[in-house]
Amino acid sequence: MQFFGGSEISPSPPAPTASGNNAHMMYVFNRNGVCLLYREWNRPLHTLNAQQDHKLMFGLLFSLKSLTAKMDPTNAERGNLGVPQLPGQGCSFHSFRTNTYKLSFMESPSGIKIILVTHPRTGDLRESLKYIYNLYVDYVAKNPLYTPGTPIRCELFNTNLDQYVRSIA
Amino acid sequence: MAAIYSLYIINKSGGLIFYKDYGSAGRMDTNDSLRVASLWHSMHAISQQLSPVAGCSGIELLEADTFDLHCFQSLTGTKFFVVCEPGTQHMEALLKVIYELYTDYVLKNPFYEIEMPIRCELFDINLSLTVQKERVALLGR
Repeated sequence: MQFFGGSEISPSPPAPTASGNNAHMMYVFNRNGVCLLYREWNRPLHTLNAQQDHKLMFGLLFSLKSLTAKMDPTNAERGNLGVPQLPGQGCSFHSFRTNTYKLSFMESPSGIKIILVTHPRTGDLRESLKYIYNLYVDYVAKNPLYTPGTPIRCELFNTNLDQYVRSIA
Repeated sequence: MAAIYSLYIINKSGGLIFYKDYGSAGRMDTNDSLRVASLWHSMHAISQQLSPVAGCSGIELLEADTFDLHCFQSLTGTKFFVVCEPGTQHMEALLKVIYELYTDYVLKNPFYEIEMPIRCELFDINLSLTVQKERVALLGR
């Protein structure tokens, strides 16, 4: 996994990969599995209540990560399935696609997980997620009134995020 | 360098019925392959639950840092998935061909018990030929 070197924060947003509004929703989790942020733009189907949905999503990512760490065909020293791993350790994944949606995933070195769910034919969103992470750093982590580990309530972050997501997806 | 690392077939209840390794580092032992297969089965099911739109049929492609996983689910719930190098093309077609081999050499074998591990010589032979051909095609590209 790549760490985010360079001191200049969010120089310019990466070029859009598609046009039209096709982002469904976004989640931000911290390393303990607390859902810091959930934004929804276009989600016709709700199968569970919000809390259960967040828990299921975190569980899915957690298990998929242990699956990819165990399956990694390029590394012979993989340990057992489900062995606890620090962010950046072991083979992770950056996206999966089903017939109805594509989920892009990014984990920062501090264990912040950003999940963006979009239309299945969206291109590679790794750069976009990094940009969203930069937004998080700028508007949330640097906000003196924000207590780490609590749900994000920053007006500026939300407006910038909405604006950016509308432009990419 | 192998383009295809391994192939798994799991039955509709998540049990591993076939596993073949084509040269990944540190081959998985039997217990691990069984665990990984049933974990994939549940992740596939959970991904359907989390869909924002109706009509989701589970993960088709998982892009990890060092490999891609392509999955195909037949109408009866049997799942076929290959682990290959990132960016490998034409894996959907390969999975369809493997499914055809499965129907021809496994399901039509009168000695094969459904949902049980696959032990059919003809299937093994034809599968090796197909994967071999795929590998040659990949090298040629």
